[in-house]
This record gives sequence, C-alpha cells and structure tokens, in this order.
Amino acid sequence: MNGTSKAYGMIAEFSTAAGVLHAAEKIRDVGFRRWDVFTPFPVHGMDKAMGLKNSKVGWFAFLGGVTGYTCGMLMIWFMNAVDYPLVVGGKPMFSPYSAFPPSYELTILLGSFGSLLGMLFLNRLPRLHHPLLKNKRFSLVTHDRFFIVIECDDPKYSETQTRKLLEEAGSAHLEVVEE
Amino acid sequence: MAEAVGQMRVSAPPPELERIPLVANQRDIGWLSDKIAGVAEGKTPLWWWVAFVPSALLLLLLLTMITYLISTGVGVWGNNHPVMWGWPIINFVWWIGIGHAGTLISAILFLLRQRWRTAVNRAAEAMTIFAVMCAGIFPLIHIGRVWYGWWLLPLPNSNSIWPQFRSPLMWDVFAVSTYFTVSVLFWYMGLIPDLAVMRDRAKTKLRQFLYGFFALGWTGSNRHWSNYEKAYLILAGLATPLVLSVHSIVSLDFSVSQLPGWHTTIFPPYFVAGAIYSGFGMVLTLLVPLRKLCHLEEVITMRHIDVMCKVTLATGSIVGYAYATEYFIAWYSGNPYERWTFWHRVFGTYWYGGMAMLLFNAFVPQLFWIRYFRRNLIAVFLISILVNMGMWSERFVIVVGSLYQDFLPASWGQFRPTWVDVCTYLGTFGLFFTCFLLFLRFLPLIAISEVKGVTPQADPHHPLGGAKVEERIPDDE
Repeated sequence: MNGTSKAYGMIAEFSTAAGVLHAAEKIRDVGFRRWDVFTPFPVHGMDKAMGLKNSKVGWFAFLGGVTGYTCGMLMIWFMNAVDYPLVVGGKPMFSPYSAFPPSYELTILLGSFGSLLGMLFLNRLPRLHHPLLKNKRFSLVTHDRFFIVIECDDPKYSETQTRKLLEEAGSAHLEVVEE
Repeated sequence: MAEAVGQMRVSAPPPELERIPLVANQRDIGWLSDKIAGVAEGKTPLWWWVAFVPSALLLLLLLTMITYLISTGVGVWGNNHPVMWGWPIINFVWWIGIGHAGTLISAILFLLRQRWRTAVNRAAEAMTIFAVMCAGIFPLIHIGRVWYGWWLLPLPNSNSIWPQFRSPLMWDVFAVSTYFTVSVLFWYMGLIPDLAVMRDRAKTKLRQFLYGFFALGWTGSNRHWSNYEKAYLILAGLATPLVLSVHSIVSLDFSVSQLPGWHTTIFPPYFVAGAIYSGFGMVLTLLVPLRKLCHLEEVITMRHIDVMCKVTLATGSIVGYAYATEYFIAWYSGNPYERWTFWHRVFGTYWYGGMAMLLFNAFVPQLFWIRYFRRNLIAVFLISILVNMGMWSERFVIVVGSLYQDFLPASWGQFRPTWVDVCTYLGTFGLFFTCFLLFLRFLPLIAISEVKGVTPQADPHHPLGGAKVEERIPDDE
C-alpha cells in the first residue's frame, strides 16, 4: 500500500462484433501475448482471430468420467462380492451388467464435475477481485460493448505505440486502467 | 476445403431467403439485457404475488401432509395390498418425466444446433430442477420409515450390510441423484455469464455482492469463453446420454419385474418419449402465460411456440406408436395374463384412466398438425394441460392398472386414493411453483448471453454485426 497505483493495461472499446474481430486479428499479428478480448457473448471465429488453441477442458471431463466408472464398478464389486456377499434371487455376487447402470451414472456425474471444475480451473476462477471489474466503462462488457485489453506487462506494450495501434484498429474509446 | 471457403465472397442474402429472426424487430443486444434482466429487477408485479401466495400455501400443505404421514404411517395413503405403489410412485414418475424437457432443450437441442433453444432453455432447466425436487420427495417418503432413507446410500447399515446393486431400485437412486446434480451444474454454468450481467446492473450493495459472488468474477474474457464453450459442449454431451438413461432406468423399476403390463422390453424408449412429451407440455404451460406477463413476446416468439408444438406432436406420436405396439404384442404374444391386463386397461375398473391416456397422449397432440392450433395461444395452453393430464393417466394405468389384478385372483383388489394422497400431490405443485416464481424474481429467466449470441448483431459476418457487405470471410491460415 504505497499509495501509487500501477497501470494494469489499456482497454479499447468497440461497438460491433466484426469490429472487435478484425482488431483482434491485427493485435494477434503484431505478436502480443498478454492481451484478451472481452465480449458479452462468445463471438464466432474469435478463437482463431486471437490465435487460441483448442481448450483443454476435455481432459478434465475425461479424467472425471474414467474415475467415475472405475469407482462405480470397484465399489459395487467390493460391497456385494467381497465385503458382504449375500445371495439375492440366485443372481451372481457381481456382474458387470447389473453394476453398469450405477457406474454409468457415476461416469456422467464425475465427468460433469470434471468439465465444470476444469473450466473454472483453466480460467482461474473464481476471482472476485480484478482491476477490470473496478472500471465503470468496462461494466458495459456484459451489456453490449466489446473490449480489447492489452496488459502493461506485455513485452511489446508501450503507451504511445499501443494506443496508436488500437486507434488504427478502429477503437472508439481508449482508456488506461489502474491496477 | 478450408482454402475454398477462404476464397469465397459473401454478400447479404436476398430478403426472401433471410430466415425468420429468433428475436423479433431486430432488437439490439443491449435491449435484450434490459428486457430480460428487467424481469428480475424493479418492483414486484402484482401478478407475481397473485401466483406466489397460493403456491406458498400449497407448499405449506405439502409440509403438513409429509409431517402427518411421517408421524402417523403410510396407512394414511390409499396404498394397500395389492396396489402397494399407488399415487406416490405415479407422482414420482410423472414429475421426473416433466423434468426431462429441460435437459432435452439444453443438451440435445444444443448438440443438434437448434438455435431457438436459447430463448427457452433457462426456464426449462429451472423447471427440470424443481420437477426433480418434487419427484425426489416421493420415493423417499414412500419407503415408510423415512429415517432409514440413508440405507439407499452406499453406506454400511447397522448390520454392516451394503445396498444391493442387483436391484433396479438401487440404480434409480444413482440415476435420479445424478440427474439432479448434473442438471444443477448445467444450469449454474449457463447462469455464470448472466449473473455477471445482473452484477453489473445491480443498484444495491447486497445485490452487487450476491450476484457478484455467484458470478465468480466473470469478465467475458474470450480466453474464458473458449474454455467455457468447450465445457458447455462436453456437459451437453454428457447430459444427453444422462437424460436418456434416467427415464430408462425409472422404467426398469417396472420392467425388470415379472408383472403383466410391466414386463416388456419397450419400456425404456417408451418412457423416455413420454417424459419428453410431458416435459414439453409443462414448458408450454409455463411459457405461454409467462411471455405475456413478462412482456417477452419478442424473445419467445410465435416461432418458438410453433417449434415446441411440433416437438410435442412428434413425441406424442412416438408415445401413440408405443401404445399401439404394446397392444399388438399383448394380443400377439398369446399370453392370457398380458391380454387380460391390456383389455382391462380400457374396459376394466379404471377404464377412465386408460381412455384418458389414449385420448390425451395419442390423439390430442395430433391437433398440432394443423397450423391454427399451433398459432392459437389459448389452444396451445389447453392442449399442454391435457398433455400432462394424459401423462399422469398413463402413469396411473401403468402402476395401478397392472397391480390391481395380476396372475392370481387371490391377489386382486381395488385401489382408492385418500385425501392425504390428493393433498400431497397438490402440495408438490406448491413446491414447484414457489421455487419457479422465486427463480423468476431473482434470476434472468432467459439465457441473456446465449440469446445475444444468436442475433444477427452477434455475427461478425452479418451486416448488422458490423460486417461490410461483400466482405471476404477471414482466411484460416
């Protein structure tokens, strides 16, 4: 708490989806790394325009699903065939057929948790405190505006050059956001 | 292929080929926020109180009935030998069937790229969650000694005996609890961006804190959206086999037994079709008045109602086809017990149940072939109520109709519900509508960010999205 606030980055406002998409392509081509596009809804084609790779959420869901199925089968086998075998209706102590439905449900259950929690983990959420969330103008991002934010930490960032670049990309409103 | 697309030139389609827009009157995306979030903001409208007070009273009735039941015993219900399942299981199957439309709309229609789903999925998912809550109460209180309810969980009981997983009733515990949990996860995940909308619009400190807390700090970052969309796709992919499995497993509760009328292989698909049919009935019952009361006719348009009527027609016809198959097999099998049961479904003591089931499920939805009935909101509303009456009759026919006369005349009997049965059932409507009305008042009833995403303004290749006409599609390097 030394009283001086550090700049977090430069926000550039756009009013159309096409505008922000083409601006993002320009920023990508310049080679920035610590930057992001903020939109009220996922804009089709933006991942490519930003040069993002395929999301890794699938691995978390897969891991959850495998865990669910394995745990389900092992649990039922242990309970009904190992720990307390009990003959019911002359059925086998363990059968993969009768153990399948609960294991199938557990696959889906843990796969879904994997998917949601994996998404939150990859996005580093929850994060209730963020410099952008303090900015009045930026709150329009959930309404109808589109923003490109270039962080000051980016090696290519320079106050004047970046401002010029974003203005050329068609931004109507530029602002430097404090940390 | 990608190369060829890159070279193509696009121009705005000629007006006669332009699709009917999903949001009427070319409303911009800011308008959508104002309109939808507005329902959960501002002064509580009078109609809300008019609906809420009776709902809350019915919820009180439910709590009273459950207290009475637990303190007295299951003898207060009409369940008795030979009809041991009675109304509680009918209500369980009926409510959980209603829940199926929510997941169908949110998951299956998502995978099928049905973009109209965005206007109705949130409310339908909420309906699912509340319907599954109503459903879940019944098997639990039906076990008689509710304090042993935990024996259904995979925990060793007092004699160190584990649950018996060779029984479909045990599968059902896993299916229903997974269904509830995954529905809540799916619903919540869809809500995160919209909670951020609510957070940024909130006027009071408390609302800012609560919406902000549950929005988890969502900023609309495209790096986040990228993971979010993938996670949503995977959840939809997981919820699709889930929704098909839940009612299949519920149907196995019946069809794994030997009883005529239950012991058939058609049950799983037939139950799933019926569930989706009744669910769409309930979605229409809720949304037809809601779009008017909340002034959302431009978001939930006549086109949406029209498509949902068509889904009702399709699933109703599948149900009708399943009835025909059941009757044919009952006759063709030559099994006298099977024939007896099916004859008595429509000409026995409970003929009215069988007739209502055939009339309301197989024939009434056929009216939706005619455009007039899909466009007339009063007709749609009335038919949607008949749909659910029909589906309740179907569950009645399956449960009571098969149990009251089976193989031996020694185990024949009659079933009569008591006032406690009726009041408990009515009470679940209290639970359902209380939850649903609270949802309307505090959360956006339409997925704001998803509806924004299907407007032409959201499409960077559409003139309204800012694209220059005759512009080249961005190349993929």
